Amino acid sequence: MTASRNHATRLVLPEPWVGRLLAWQESPWIHSLGRFLALAVVFGFFAVCVEGGKFYSPRNLENILRQSAVYATASLGMTMIIISAGIDLSVGSMIALAVVTVAWVLDWHVATPGASGGTQVVYLVERHPVLIPWLALLAGILVSVVAGICNGVAIVGLRVVPFIVTLGTMGIFRGLAKGLADEKDIYPHQDTWLTRLMDPTLTSNDPGWRTWLLPPGVWILIVAAVVAALFLRYSRPGRYMYAIGSNEETARLCGVPVARIKILTYTLAGLFAGLAGLMQFSFIGGIGQPTSAVSYELFIIAAVVIGGGSLMGGQGSILGSVIGALIITILYMGGQQMGWPKWVQEAVIGLIIILAVVIDRLRQRETS
Amino acid sequence: MTVASIVPPRLLMEGIVKRFGATVALGGVYLDVRPGEVHALVGENGAGKSTLMKVLSGALMADAGRMELDGRPYDPKGPLDARRNGVAMIYQELSLAPHLTVTENILLGVEPHYGPWMLWRHAQAKASAALEQLGVDIAPNVEVRRLSPGQRQMVEIARALAVQARLVVLDEPTSSLSSSDVDKLFALIRRLKAQGISVVYISHFLEEVQEISDRFTVLRDGETVGRGETARTHPRELAAMMVGREMADLYPASVPRVGEVILEVADLMGSAKPQSASFRLRRGEILGIAGLVGAGRTELLRAIFGLDVVRSGKIRVGAYVGPGSPRQRWRQGMGLLSEDRKKEGLALGLSIADNLTLPKLSPLGPPGMILPSRQASATRRWIDALAIKCRSPWQRVGTLSGGTQQKIALARLLHADVDILLLDEPTRGIDVGSKAQIYRMIVDAAQGDVAVGRQAKGIVLVSSYLPELLGVCHSIAVMCRGVLGPPRPVSDWNEHRLMLAATGQEESP
Repeated sequence: MTASRNHATRLVLPEPWVGRLLAWQESPWIHSLGRFLALAVVFGFFAVCVEGGKFYSPRNLENILRQSAVYATASLGMTMIIISAGIDLSVGSMIALAVVTVAWVLDWHVATPGASGGTQVVYLVERHPVLIPWLALLAGILVSVVAGICNGVAIVGLRVVPFIVTLGTMGIFRGLAKGLADEKDIYPHQDTWLTRLMDPTLTSNDPGWRTWLLPPGVWILIVAAVVAALFLRYSRPGRYMYAIGSNEETARLCGVPVARIKILTYTLAGLFAGLAGLMQFSFIGGIGQPTSAVSYELFIIAAVVIGGGSLMGGQGSILGSVIGALIITILYMGGQQMGWPKWVQEAVIGLIIILAVVIDRLRQRETS
Repeated sequence: MTVASIVPPRLLMEGIVKRFGATVALGGVYLDVRPGEVHALVGENGAGKSTLMKVLSGALMADAGRMELDGRPYDPKGPLDARRNGVAMIYQELSLAPHLTVTENILLGVEPHYGPWMLWRHAQAKASAALEQLGVDIAPNVEVRRLSPGQRQMVEIARALAVQARLVVLDEPTSSLSSSDVDKLFALIRRLKAQGISVVYISHFLEEVQEISDRFTVLRDGETVGRGETARTHPRELAAMMVGREMADLYPASVPRVGEVILEVADLMGSAKPQSASFRLRRGEILGIAGLVGAGRTELLRAIFGLDVVRSGKIRVGAYVGPGSPRQRWRQGMGLLSEDRKKEGLALGLSIADNLTLPKLSPLGPPGMILPSRQASATRRWIDALAIKCRSPWQRVGTLSGGTQQKIALARLLHADVDILLLDEPTRGIDVGSKAQIYRMIVDAAQGDVAVGRQAKGIVLVSSYLPELLGVCHSIAVMCRGVLGPPRPVSDWNEHRLMLAATGQEESP
């Protein structure tokens, strides 16, 4: 048994720090380095090309963050789904459903006979200014979580592939959102703190608001991303998602509760879509627009794929997906500010997605 | 002997019966394994070894019979239950999650955890301990996809040890290993044995069985036909027990009327298999290729047909020399019948007519068009000629029996009127009546029919069923571990010799 020269066998190392250095090479941060680089290149390109340095003005940087937060938050759940070799096409509709639900709760009102004979409309948000926004927030998240559970249960219970199930629920959830809003935009009676969730902070005139540094929605994203990353890396259910995506049959043979983990995956994706819905509600100005977030599923899937997720399962990272969301947003906004026609913007984003995957494939062939 | 009578066997399987519909896969199998012994389970392809092990590991439920583990009744509810009872399977096709690390694979399903969180240090220690017990040097943090096949197998075995296995089943463990890895595996098996762990070793390779096992059990057609101590048994006796059946009158007699050479393969080497293959096929000849599953026979046909990469060597098809794509091969007059009828061979959702005419649509209408009426009439000719049982040419192939499907797959090659037919396991999984008809079709095609202007064809027949090779072929070559032996006339062979050659016991008769 002579030691083989294969790089995978354990090396006898002279110093512990060498080992730590080599271990570092395997760490996900290094894997993401290339993506940071891509992000820097894309950002640098627009920073130079958009005239007057407008692209890196505080206002614009903040706008990039605000816009990408919605994609990035939803991409956290999508990352988990894609790691477990699934897909969710209904995420855009789920976001819209959450948006409409939030507005619908904020808009609760009763008509009572008024003192002067006519009817008087009383908005509950006026009577319970603390309770109702919190209720709206919970309702928005709950609705998406339930939607996620529906996806998971249908995929596991009916044994239909995720693509088809979520293609179906994409229509169902969008329909529900439109039904709840009566096919109109809901304008809540008054603005609440929910409306301000994504308001710019750095460029705000309100000094109190400025102390937030970043819009609360972006803070939500940061916390959610950290939690999701820790969950995927250090929890059993998180590792089971990788195991199922990598080799579902093996996972089953080893006693991994495959069905339960899959349902959990889609449920968590629902939770993150709900959070994204809250941000979207604020981002579009505090209206319950049932037609918002159309085709977001494509941006969100693209963010995960650019971030290193493989549709064959087993691969993907939270950090990568967040970077992917940023890259897509920068391309989108940069293209707008360069005055590119819409068709050029769309084609460029499409090209970048394919390019990202091809580069990733080449890189992997080198390392293995 | 006295010890064995006091200590209950590690594993006892008695009267195990398993049926799949009408077919009896296991008809009352007996198997007993003593503590700390290596027990070889041998038998031909399809003898029921894998089914028996699936029953043992809880993947299948037996219809009858009883199992005991160390003297206590054992009735696994599923794979996890079997694992918890200390029965670990190491499957033929390695079952690891390639994207997870060595540690994660070893402990998959039984991770140390606190609530939902994994205890990484604990897990590392456990995995390292299992690897150390095996005496292998694999870094626990590496992703499994970066390991060699041999290292992967060590990880699988470590997975068995992580749950305190009492009985480890190795199903064809060497089929994907290089010879130095085989040595390491054997050293490891001896280590397990020394620790009192029992090993069931499934293999076709009799020399391996001879080297590693203490006792053996022979299965044939789902029944235990022999047991004994390996040291007291000659490999020839083992081979005889594995084969032990009579030739039936299934095979039509045929006299080879051989013509010119239409296929010549010289020193062909594929990406992994085949390693080397040379033969010549003449018009009118049926050349059989024997060998064990995994010897590289399918890969040989695929390489010739242009489906797999050809590294080196020469292929001459008629007047054409060199490799070609499947499309070119069809044009050059070569057709392939895949061993996997459902996945590769037929489009089950399409009709008989669509399947049968797929490689040769050109004469079925004016240029660029296919007239369904002509498709149907062409199909009807074959339905009549070959007595295919069906309602109409437009019946979906998926609704037909396996034997009928296979006839259609073969009729497709006849319809395309190719000169060279590459047939991979043409009678797998079909009933005896259909088999006889398939043999008739093969022999007729080889002889040709001058009256209707059909030329004699050359046929390469790959089969794991030895009687059929001996009954149908004019000459047979044996493939062993990727190397094809020289073709010899069928009169030089018998089942015993084929078996010995296929298991690497003898170079040639």
